[in-house]
Order: sequence, then structure tokens, then C-alpha cells
Amino acid sequence: MATNASRAAARLMISPAVVLLLGWMLVPLGLTLYFSFLRYNLITPGANPFIGWENYYWFLTDPSFKAAMINTLLLVGGVLLITVIGGTMMALLLDQPMWGQGVIRIMVIAPFFVMPTVSGLVWKNMFMNPVNGIFGHLALGLGMEPLSFFSEIPLLSIIFIVSWQWLPFATLILLTALQSLDQEQLEAAEMDGATWVSRFIHVMLPHLARAITVVILIQTIFLLSIFAEILVTTNGGPGTSTTNLTYLIYVSSLLQFDVGMGSAGGVIAIILANIVAIFLMRMIGKNLDA
Amino acid sequence: MGHIQLKQVSKSFGNIEVIPPIDLDIDDGQFVVFVGPSGCGKSTLLRLIAGLEDVTTGSIVIDGRDATAVQPARRGLAMVFQSYALYPHMSVRKNIAFPLKMARVPQDEQERLVEEAARVLNLTGFLDRRPGQLSGGQRQRVAIGRAIVREPAAFLFDEPLSNLDAALRVGMRLEISELHERLKTTMVYVTHDQVEAMTMADKIVVLRAGVIEQVGTPLELYRNPQNTFVAGFIGSPRMNLVEGPDAARHDAHTVGIRPEHVDVSSGSGMWTGTVGVSEHLGSDTFFHVTVKDLSQPLTVRAGGEVDLHYGDTIHLTPKLNHLHRFDDRGLRIT
Ligand SMILES: Nc1ncnc2c1ncn2[C@@H]1O[C@H](COP(=O)(O)OP(=O)(O)O)[C@@H](O)[C@H]1O
Ligand SMILES: [Mg+2]
Repeated sequence: MATNASRAAARLMISPAVVLLLGWMLVPLGLTLYFSFLRYNLITPGANPFIGWENYYWFLTDPSFKAAMINTLLLVGGVLLITVIGGTMMALLLDQPMWGQGVIRIMVIAPFFVMPTVSGLVWKNMFMNPVNGIFGHLALGLGMEPLSFFSEIPLLSIIFIVSWQWLPFATLILLTALQSLDQEQLEAAEMDGATWVSRFIHVMLPHLARAITVVILIQTIFLLSIFAEILVTTNGGPGTSTTNLTYLIYVSSLLQFDVGMGSAGGVIAIILANIVAIFLMRMIGKNLDA
Repeated sequence: MGHIQLKQVSKSFGNIEVIPPIDLDIDDGQFVVFVGPSGCGKSTLLRLIAGLEDVTTGSIVIDGRDATAVQPARRGLAMVFQSYALYPHMSVRKNIAFPLKMARVPQDEQERLVEEAARVLNLTGFLDRRPGQLSGGQRQRVAIGRAIVREPAAFLFDEPLSNLDAALRVGMRLEISELHERLKTTMVYVTHDQVEAMTMADKIVVLRAGVIEQVGTPLELYRNPQNTFVAGFIGSPRMNLVEGPDAARHDAHTVGIRPEHVDVSSGSGMWTGTVGVSEHLGSDTFFHVTVKDLSQPLTVRAGGEVDLHYGDTIHLTPKLNHLHRFDDRGLRIT
């Protein structure tokens, strides 16, 4: 019952949580903003004078910033593409009646529970290493030159690793959505003369639209801040070919000890993430409230 | 066009035989109703005809052509589902046009046929709405619209009215009957409601546990039920079935008498009983009468304004020419 009294009571009771969360968010945000306007380098201690927009200027005009932006976009876009398409196909497969369905479904979900650093290392050392990796052995067995993944196709390799981690998430959400589709609709379409492809396009895909939206929104938020996989595999290299925005901020503040510059990068990242979020909400939000 | 024959068709799910081998002939233009209690295999039988389930044995012949292995879409049949199964993200127009689109009918032809169907079904004002914005009865009509634009050889209906309220149900019942009169297309209609069966059918198929108990016109089933199951299932309220010495007096194991075929008198009669609950319908009144020697109360019909009350003693006499006699296996004795 949403009477006025109960609404007021509800507000009162959630206020401690809201205050706590606000403080939790506002304090670091405020500090980051504050640092971003200071000359604050740990290598040259002393006064930390206020320097206005200078940190922002240098961060934005740094050539590695442009590279990082492009890499971030490619990383997010690539992983989204692979996981949404792959996840839809996996979900269609897993929706078929088959023997050992329960076990297979749990196994498909498994990669999601592997920590990012661990999966990065496992892929780097056990699969993609040109000397010891399984792919290297396979290539040799087939009489081909082993591919040195992280020096020749570094970004693609990372996209692949991250996709492997997020595919289960997409699969799980899309499978659940697929199972909630009314079977009679599919049968009606079959009676109406729709082939499997037509049924997929005209019945299943529209039904999945909402779930796909959810997958894209949630994944984008997490994919913008991919870090561990890059740190343990390529360290952002070779050059800046796998440096994304998160990694660039890490480089500025923790490798070059420039707290001011790092903070400026952080603020820029926050602004960009919010722009992306608003953009996504606008674009696909319509889908959600339909 | 729309002659459907089932030849020794049976269906098992795993090793459970839901439908033992049956034969059935549905003539072109007939309105055939499958009726039976819930779970007796009516939907399964309809889905076998539609091709949504594969037969376990036997064959299905449509218009002289063996359709047993033919895909559902190629059988030339259209189905209206219990849940309507409309496509929720498409407008009414697109829903109705969908089968035409799948058949690659030209765009202007599609539009003409959709408008035509909408006009017949009173949907013209709703063509641009989504199914979610329609009432139950309107959704039902969209589902029918989607079926008629294909100009099928036969329509298959699976309990199409069971999600509607009582008043709408009566209205839609008339609309479907009218549609049948106009189109003269074969219709196969599944229901668990014997009133729907009686009012709509040219031919009723009574099913029990997948077995066809009797096939006939509504009046044939009413007049000459072949066994106690059909006798009890067809007719409202149910036929009174009496066993024991009263049946033995008529050389039968069971005798049946419909509520409308019992004479009520305050003087004397074959049975003497006490009036229990009465149901006043205005035109008629149904009394539930407890008779001393019978295990179950009898239902009898009297005029609408008969002055009888709870606890009154009355005398009942069945009309002998309307008495149905059944043997110990429940089969009719002629
Ligand atoms: N796909 C299926 N798998 C196993 N059993 C089924 C399946 N479909 C129906 N049945 C069984 O077949 C019987 C008849 O079902 P159905 O044709 O739906 O009955 P009705 O439509 O007359 O209520 C029921 O006992 C039901 O449990
Ligand atoms: Mg059914």
C-alpha cells in the first residue's frame, strides 16, 4: 500500500543506506576531482600547486589517449559483438532437448566464475604461448608456424579472452529469455508457413530484444573498465596497441607516479562512461519499457 | 476442399499410449467438434491433424492426398490456439498479414486481404494496435483473422473460447458458427464444454481417454447415446443414471432418464422423494430430489414457476419412451 504515510516511512528507513552510499561515492569522486586540478607527482615531492586545466590538457593531447580511446571502443564493441551473437547461438543450442542438459548448462556457465587474472594467465601461458601453448602445438602438428598471439594480434587476443569470460553471462540471460517464449507462438508461426529462419527473425529475435538490451547495458559498464586481463597478458603493449582508458590511467598514476594526471584521466573516464550510459539508455531504453 | 481422414492413427508419448488407433472421417464443409473431459487427448488429436505432432502409427489423408509426413504449413490447414498465440511485438495488421508474408503474397494483395478480414471480423479500427492493447474477444478475432486470410482447406480450433468470460463466450460462439455458415469451410473444433459442442457442431466426436466413444449429430447423441459415458456427458443438466432393482425392472443394468423427461406430481408416481436444492433459471427450474431407495439424488426439470420448496415431498415418474437402457458393460440396449 503506497499511502502517504507509508511512503514517508519508507523514505526515512532507506535514508541511512542512501547516505552511506552517497558518502561512499562522493568522497572518492570529490578527491579525484580535487587532485585532477593539482600538480601532484610523487617523484617530485613538495608543494602541490593548483594548475587549473593543465592536467586535462596534457592527458587529452597525449597521443596514447587517442589510441586508448580507439582500443577501448574496439574492445567493448568486439566483445559485445561476439558475446551477443555467440550467446544467442549457444542459447539456441542449449534450448534443444538433449541428454545431460543440466550438467552441460552448468559447464557452460563455468568460465564466468574464473577470476579475470587467472583466465588471462591461463590463456596466455597454456593456450596462446607460441612455444608451450596448445595452439602452438596444434599449429606445429599441422605443419604451420605457431602464431605469437600477443605480439601479432594483441588486441584481438584480449578481445577473445574477455569474450570467453562474458559469453556464459550472455548465454545464460538469453537462454532464460528463450525459455520464456510461448511455444504456441512458434507453433503458430510454423502453421503460418514460417521457416526456421523466419521464425527466428520474426518471433524469437523480437522476444529476445529486451534480454539483448540488458546484456549490452550490463556488459558495456563492465567492459569499459577491463584491466586485469591486459595487465597479466600484454601490459598494454606492444606500444599502446592494447592500452585502453583504464590501463592508461593506471600507467599515468601508478607507473609515472603522476597522481594529478591520473585523476584527470579518471574524471574523463567517468564523463565518457556517463555519456555512453546515457546514449545507451536513450537508444535502447525504449525497448525496456515496452 | 477440406476432407480429412484419419486411418488407424495412434499416438504414444514414450511408452504411454495417449491415443489408441482410431479411424475418423471429416467431410468437406463439416463443423466437427471433439468433445471430452480434460486430458482425454483432444488437443493431441488436433495437433496430429495439424502436423504439430507426428503420428506413432497410421496415416492422415487430406483431400485424398497422404499428408502424414507433410509439414504443418503445407497441409493447407489453419489453427487457432487456446492462448491465441498472437505475435506480441507486431501490430494487428502485421499479425494477420504474417501468413501472407510468409507465402510471399504481393504487398497490395496482402493489404487487400487484411482489410477484408478485418472488415469481416470487426477489427478495422484496431489494425494498428498491438495485441497487448486488445481485449480477450478482440485477440480471439485477430487469431481467427490470421487463420482466414490463408484461405485454408480447414480450420482447427483448440478450445478457443475457454479464456473468455461467459457472455463473450456465447457471442463468439455465434460468430464462429456464422463464419462457418458463410465460408462453408471444414472446421474442427476442440472443447471440453458439451454446450459448445451441442450448439455448434454438425458432427460431434465424443472422446474418453483417447478412445472415440461415439460419433454423431448433436441430436443423435442426445437421443441415442451409445453408452453410459456419452449419456452422462451430453446434455445439461446430466442424465440421471439409476442402477439396481429399478433398472432390473426394465431388463437393464442401468437405466438413464434425462431431467426433462420426468413427470413431477404431488399425487403419486414411481419414485417418492424429498426436494433438495433447486435451481431457478426463470424459464425452467431444476430440482435435486433425494429418493429413499436410490444412492444418488435425481435431477428433474419442472416449469419455471412451480411452487415447490426445500423439504417438500414429491412423486416422480419417468416417461417410458424416453428411458435409456444400458447393460452391465455400460452399452446401450436397443
Ligand atoms: N508432449 C507430451 N508429452 C507427454 N505427454 C503428453 C504430451 N502432450 C500431452 N500429453 C498427455 O496426453 C494426454 C492428453 O493430452 P491433451 O491432448 O492435451 O488433452 P486434452 O486437450 O483433451 O485436455 C494427457 O494425459 C497429457 O498428459
Ligand atoms: Mg487441450
